[in-house]
Amino acid sequence: MQAVSRAASDGAGLFLSFFFRLRDRGLKVTPQQWMTVVEGLAKGLHGSSMIGFYSLARAVLVKDESELDDFDLCFAAHFEGAADFVPAIEREVMDWLSQPIPPYPIDPELRRLLDQVDVEALRAELERRLQEQKERHDGGDYWIGTGGTSAFGHGGYHPGGIRVGGQHRLGSAVQVAAERRYREHRRDLVLDTRQLGVALKKLRSLKREGQAEELDIDGTIDRTARQAGELELVFRPPRANNLSLLMAMDVGGSMEPYRHLVDVLFSAAHAARHFKRFEFVYFHNCVYDHVYEDAAFIKAVPLRDLIRRFDRDCRLVLVGDAFMYPGELLDRHGAIQWEDRNEEPGVVYLKKLAAHFRRTAWLNPMRERMWEAPSVCIVQQIFDMFPLTVDGVESLAKDLARG
Amino acid sequence: MEKEFDRFSGTKRYITSAELRHAVNVAAALERPLLVKGEPGTGKTLLAHAVAEDLGLDLIVWNVKSTSKAADGLYVYDTVQRLQDSRFGDKDVSDIRQYIRLGPLGRALTADGQVVLLIDEIDKADLEFPNDLLHELDEMEFTVVETGDRHRARQRPLVIITSNAEKELPDAFLRRCIFHYIQFPDAELMAEIVRVHHPALDKKLLAQALERFYWLRDLHGLRKRPSTSELVDWIGALIAAGIPPDKVSKEIPFLGALVKKPEDEEVVAREAGRPPRTRNMWRGR
Repeated sequence: MQAVSRAASDGAGLFLSFFFRLRDRGLKVTPQQWMTVVEGLAKGLHGSSMIGFYSLARAVLVKDESELDDFDLCFAAHFEGAADFVPAIEREVMDWLSQPIPPYPIDPELRRLLDQVDVEALRAELERRLQEQKERHDGGDYWIGTGGTSAFGHGGYHPGGIRVGGQHRLGSAVQVAAERRYREHRRDLVLDTRQLGVALKKLRSLKREGQAEELDIDGTIDRTARQAGELELVFRPPRANNLSLLMAMDVGGSMEPYRHLVDVLFSAAHAARHFKRFEFVYFHNCVYDHVYEDAAFIKAVPLRDLIRRFDRDCRLVLVGDAFMYPGELLDRHGAIQWEDRNEEPGVVYLKKLAAHFRRTAWLNPMRERMWEAPSVCIVQQIFDMFPLTVDGVESLAKDLARG
Repeated sequence: MEKEFDRFSGTKRYITSAELRHAVNVAAALERPLLVKGEPGTGKTLLAHAVAEDLGLDLIVWNVKSTSKAADGLYVYDTVQRLQDSRFGDKDVSDIRQYIRLGPLGRALTADGQVVLLIDEIDKADLEFPNDLLHELDEMEFTVVETGDRHRARQRPLVIITSNAEKELPDAFLRRCIFHYIQFPDAELMAEIVRVHHPALDKKLLAQALERFYWLRDLHGLRKRPSTSELVDWIGALIAAGIPPDKVSKEIPFLGALVKKPEDEEVVAREAGRPPRTRNMWRGR
């Protein structure tokens, strides 16, 4: 055990640059968390193996699945070329494997297997794998097969209790990290309804309204005391979201590539169910005299009716790429839809909306670097624009939730 | 020390990945709460049951609701009852202790031995809820303000917290937790899980069913992707009806057991004609 604690105290300094790499990458790991990792190392929780260190550090330092991918990237980059200490770890593993009586309670089945291990062959195998590791990392997201795990997998990953049978295809910690299995949980990509739904939940303002069905203890005590102990129960309405949301969606034309994305947003907003009222309308490129209740543009709703139907406290979110010929925004009769025959330039209608609703925002599915297009710039002068990503929807929700 | 560390190794009914077992053992050794996240149906709640069973400890479950308050987890002082009792004078209301009811956290901290405390779906409660638990989870003690009684855990309970990511949890809380995200099981682990529930299952049927299942999960546009429990039910139905394996590869019998929304059934019907995308099939989700 002495060996382990020595390794741990060395390790604290050795791995410290990894801590700073994580911080540089934007993961908010704290010294307190780092000390927890060191405590774990001192207790031998990493089982003197890289993969053990990987999962220990990950469990302590990562706080959200959206950070897992960044952690993996850091880990792969940091330890990929770490030739200095891999041999040291290798030696430690080898020492352990060569010992006739392992200092761990081991089930007989594993013992039998370990006895069969030829240390020389194992060393060769390890070398081969370390070699391979570099290639795989360079190669990108190559899925590890079941081929190479065998003996080293058992010896390397915490020796006390892993079952024989290669149930987990752990190659090396770096390989596991390089697989980037958590890429799909990144925050800056839009993925599923649920994540967007969570982001949308921030869009709320709680007020007590409706049926009084919650016991107000303070009120009850107060009233009862005022009546010299004659009990009077006081009830109050529970807190509920007071926010309404109107969503206007651009469909067709240049929005076609983003259809799936908008669908996801749409079902997320639908599923959110925490709004006092949630409604949606459609438009094409820009809002003119009418918006539509259906994506086929059959049921037209005059803009003035829409404004009448929703009070100014309702939050308005327009969803669209705002990518069009600037004339559609700036010219009379500039609408792409012939029958719209707008008497005023599109911006006038947009400004009408912005003036009626107290809080508005525009969600854009297009990548931010394309927001320099002239039409997008014009729209941005009227509405605050947010990217249609989990992060973007979250900041939009926070922004709109303000009073 | 090693004996202490590798305490949890999974149970017969609950198959885990090596990573999850490691996370449980790290949390136990470092005496920190284990925060488990993951897609619905990946067995977050069952984990606590399995840990309790495996370690032979009592399990105390705290099902968090949107109205839950952190203080209620410790104890509730039933003022209304006391007021009612005082009104008629048929009970001695001067003994406040009889109106103190311990909550799940309170019971875990006053238990005689070590227990496993499951705080289920912590994200359902108010945003401040986790922060209000910090002190009790750190110090493992609490005071009943009304009586001045101080309780301190004789042995730190093993705390397992699950979250469905409906709300973001506060940083201060997260920093104290050991975090594990349960990946959706890959085909190999899934085969093992299914075998636990249907031990006599035909190998070929299992392979076909899994292929179908992962194909279905990879479909674009599904509102709700089927999870482990749905797969287990579906295979149960296949066995009960005696469906031959090659029929599963051609169509999807009992689709209703896997897909619960009418919109999703349409998606499946639309995609069913196309050949399955084999490359993604074996990747864990």
